[in-house]
Amino acid sequence: MNGPEPTVPPDAALSRARKGRIRNGISDSAAARRGSLIAAALAALLRHAIVLFSRLVTGVQVRWSGCGPEPVQRIYYANHTSNGDSILLWTALAPAQRRRTRPVAAADYWAKGSIRRFVAKAVFRSVLIERKEVTRGNNPLSALIGSLDTGASLIVFPEGTRNTSGRTALPFKSGIYHLARARPYVELVPVWIANLNRVLPKGEILPIPLLCTVTFGKPLRLNDGESKASFLYRARDALLDLAPQTEENAR
Amino acid sequence: MSIMAAEVQMFLLFGGVLGLLTFATVVGQVLESRSAGAPADGGIANLNARINGWWAMVACAGLALLFGTTGVTVLFAVLSLAALREFITLSHTRRSDHWALLAGFFFVLPVQYALVWSERYGIYSVLIPVYAFLIMPIISVLHGDVRRFLGRVAEVQWGLMICVFCLSHVPALLMLDIPGYEGRNILLVAFLFIVAQSSDVLQYVWGKLAGRRRIAPKVSPAKTVEGFLGGVLSATVIGAGLWWITPFAPWQAASLAMAIALMGFLGGLVMSAIKRDRGVKDWGWMIEGHGGSLDRLDSVVFAAPVFFHLVRFWWAS
Repeated sequence: MNGPEPTVPPDAALSRARKGRIRNGISDSAAARRGSLIAAALAALLRHAIVLFSRLVTGVQVRWSGCGPEPVQRIYYANHTSNGDSILLWTALAPAQRRRTRPVAAADYWAKGSIRRFVAKAVFRSVLIERKEVTRGNNPLSALIGSLDTGASLIVFPEGTRNTSGRTALPFKSGIYHLARARPYVELVPVWIANLNRVLPKGEILPIPLLCTVTFGKPLRLNDGESKASFLYRARDALLDLAPQTEENAR
Repeated sequence: MSIMAAEVQMFLLFGGVLGLLTFATVVGQVLESRSAGAPADGGIANLNARINGWWAMVACAGLALLFGTTGVTVLFAVLSLAALREFITLSHTRRSDHWALLAGFFFVLPVQYALVWSERYGIYSVLIPVYAFLIMPIISVLHGDVRRFLGRVAEVQWGLMICVFCLSHVPALLMLDIPGYEGRNILLVAFLFIVAQSSDVLQYVWGKLAGRRRIAPKVSPAKTVEGFLGGVLSATVIGAGLWWITPFAPWQAASLAMAIALMGFLGGLVMSAIKRDRGVKDWGWMIEGHGGSLDRLDSVVFAAPVFFHLVRFWWAS
């Protein structure tokens, strides 16, 4: 699949998107504006509360071992073992990075019910994508590319689903390759989230407060002429390099 | 001396500790400014981070002391939580232990400290060694996962014993009835901590200054015979010098201090063995420059029950 070629540098696109939002705001009625102000304030409050809570529960240590906490545009791709992965990765980011970073989440779960939708849309500013009934009209890639073109950074889980196999990481789905090809100037940063599956295993509701680490690795980009298979292999390898070497994590 | 009020003695102790810290801070800053321009040496930066960590720890202790017995008990419950999470993080539990661990963190730990606080020695001294010991594996086995079962339940039990049971003997000192020493038990906690921590620090200092022969090369390569002897003996002298805050005679204070320092040293070795086997240098990253809470508490954890029982047997009514 070929994405449309990028025509504007991302920062110009971002400021244009911001202006667009402001212009739209003026046409809103005063009541709607007050309502959305309250919703925005509530969302901001929840964002802070969630960051504080996940810091307390996981005592998270952030390791910048291949790049720094600069607020440049990136696609963060991480291993996926727990429901809380997006939240913890998002918590681990520096505030300036967090402001421009949007987790990618499944529409079949997060678009259901007004509370979930509020959390996904207003609190985390998630990009919701369709997993099940993909059509030409709701192609997940165009939503992701569209949000990259507004200057946003993304959080994606290329394994596609939570890994409960006991293996270190599942094979990658190809979406990350298509993103890298459509927007080659955006760097891809591997992120290893350790231990969160023990804090909150699949199917459990109450977390146990074990310590987690989030390790950011060296950014990578699609090489000229690199094939899909070799890029996906390289990206997965870069992620696995960040995993702690224990006997249970044997590749 | 013995009629001096507990508050006055506490002020003197705190003043002494703050004075020492101020001195250490000044020395650290001077060393840093002298080494400016010289090739970067992590040693001085780490020394200053450690000193700053000490300021934070002393501030926490001071804050807890303002709230008396309850404050100190709550402080140690929180320290137990921090230690237990570090310990379990490095242990090999599986998903099927989730409920047992929930019980450990959110039931056993708070109940143990509530029992200590309400002075129920008969129950708190068996809660973890007997009841948690029996019930935690029952919760785990109900999930039907037999893989490495004994290893898993043993590690969790060990964690609870070390991080909760043993550590809870520090606030338990506050509940001892010692004739003629009423209202001053908090000073026993201060005695235990000052001796155990100064033993750790002085082992490090003696080791740096005079260390030649390694004492346990496979377990803890940085520990030396000279550091061990110098640290334990200086801590014994410090303990003897603190007899005036305790119900002990000077020679008794010296013997108890030596027991604390020896247990602290051996406890440090045991905890190092676990860390080394797990391939980590520190238990965690809670205190900048020091590592995790267990890195600071390992000696106290091993010394506290021994000190508690010695005092309870010979001095308490």
